[in-house]
Amino acid sequence: MGKTLAEKILSVKSGSEAKSGDIVIAKVDLIFVQDTTGPLSVKQFQAAGFERLANSVKAVLFLDHAAPSPGHELSNDHMLLRDFARETSSFLYDVGEGVCHQIVAESLAKPGDLIVGADSHTVTAGGLGAFACGMGSTDVAVALGLGKTWFRAPESIKVALSGRFPDGVYAKDLVLHLIGRIGVDGATYKALEFSGDAISNISIPERLTVANMAVEAGAKVGLFPADEVTRDYLSTQGRKSHYQPLFPDDDAIYEQTINISLAELQPTVAKPHTVDNIALARELKGTKIHQVFIGTCTNGRLDDLAVAARILKRKKIHPETRLVIAPASRGVLMAAMGAGYIQTLLEAGAIILPPGCGPCLGLHQGVLGAGEACLSTANRNFKGRMGNPEAFIYLGSPATAAATALKGEITDPREVM
Amino acid sequence: MLKGRAFKFGDNIATDHIIPGRFAHLRSNLSELAKHVMEDAAPTFAARVKPGDFVVAGTNFGLGSSREHAPLVIKIAGVSAILAKSVARIFFRNAINLGLPVLLCETDSINDGDELEVDLKASTIWDMTNGNQFTFSKIPEIMLRILDEGGLLPYIQKYGSFKL
Ligand code: SF4
Repeated sequence: MGKTLAEKILSVKSGSEAKSGDIVIAKVDLIFVQDTTGPLSVKQFQAAGFERLANSVKAVLFLDHAAPSPGHELSNDHMLLRDFARETSSFLYDVGEGVCHQIVAESLAKPGDLIVGADSHTVTAGGLGAFACGMGSTDVAVALGLGKTWFRAPESIKVALSGRFPDGVYAKDLVLHLIGRIGVDGATYKALEFSGDAISNISIPERLTVANMAVEAGAKVGLFPADEVTRDYLSTQGRKSHYQPLFPDDDAIYEQTINISLAELQPTVAKPHTVDNIALARELKGTKIHQVFIGTCTNGRLDDLAVAARILKRKKIHPETRLVIAPASRGVLMAAMGAGYIQTLLEAGAIILPPGCGPCLGLHQGVLGAGEACLSTANRNFKGRMGNPEAFIYLGSPATAAATALKGEITDPREVM
Repeated sequence: MLKGRAFKFGDNIATDHIIPGRFAHLRSNLSELAKHVMEDAAPTFAARVKPGDFVVAGTNFGLGSSREHAPLVIKIAGVSAILAKSVARIFFRNAINLGLPVLLCETDSINDGDELEVDLKASTIWDMTNGNQFTFSKIPEIMLRILDEGGLLPYIQKYGSFKL
């Protein structure tokens, strides 16, 4: 019987025939934590009595959520993680390097890998064909010590994509549309697996955006096949040898298939306070926005800054709207500087933050005031997410974000492109 | 037998509501952090909850961020179990790993403030206020064993690794 991508990877890593519903113990290739979940992982690792990392494990620590630290408590947490990295010879990306998921995608994840991270958006690496799954601090601590963990092999939902994105429509619109259709628990415990003739036209940065938000429908993983697009991406990253092709079997069994024609999509926005509360951008015209945020593991990549720069070139943002931008990584920031995007965005009135999560989780750098509304390129709009339960968060693509910054109200980017 | 009052919540209570990101600086100071438990879902919960009480929710409880501090502060507050129609997967594992029972059952008939009794071994819940009795669904064997040991750390200390 044929296997889905999830079943294939879990079979290889568990050395068994993993079919959906089976519980397996599987070897993990890469384990990572970040600065708000890592300290608890370190404490649990020590409490469990582990003295060193499992031999096989590649462990990485990221200081990205509070980067640079806004207060002494978080600075102490950073020190704890730096000490742990030194003691265990694990790798640490310090403040300023960028968001964990972006760095994992740029430098670490390979097709066919089994990755666990103490962060729900670990699913992002599914864009490269890695079974990458978010877990809590204790699960990750035990994985660090044992080099393996348990999984229930998930049922898979096939999302079959056809056609091409029309002008002004992007991967973010696709994934918001999908979540609007299936709901915020539409894929709970399951794998979302993307396929169809559109796939070969969807770039890796776009795949990462889609896979990143799989967890917003409750999914355990969001998986793309590894194909020539993946191979070309890895070779431009200097990681040609990391490529292996990976496709599901033709006779794999899916729980259901969802068909989406990209040509029919339009710029889409999630309204407060759930990600499945979607509307078309043009239907929200007139909604005043006080802050626009471009960045995060969903949409803080070079292509995203390029789209925003194109829309804002030789223009000024609306005087009553702030535009806050956090490039997802140092690499993204440097490339955006080289391409002139940062100059363009600064001239338009943007604020450029250091690479990292920025205001995404409400910790610092752009916390909203009571009654304020933000249009963000992030993945979550829960009440309180950006630091104030009395604020309102809308989610959209970088193009919608830039158009909104220009007009001061939610704007369909096709109006200004 | 677990006994306590029900604190009723709706659908889609995210870990961001349970312990908002704006308190991330308190994550290494758990007693302070716990003072904010459920703050963005029910601001008075922390002041009113008593040891033994239950969190009773609708669908998809604990969605969003993987922060294990969410079930941890619920446990520190003294909550004896979470009852929900469905639970997000990372939260589910996290709660069990901390030895905090998560019971999947129909919760519509339970009202805020009802007195509940739960028999984990018999999979039975009694609502002493309205006289209803119902069962909760079985959780996977491996999670049950972790729960039986009081959480993942005691489980690993006992068995040395995962046992299927
Ligand atoms: S950018 Fe936002 S969603 Fe992504 S890892 Fe950072 S806090 Fe989480």
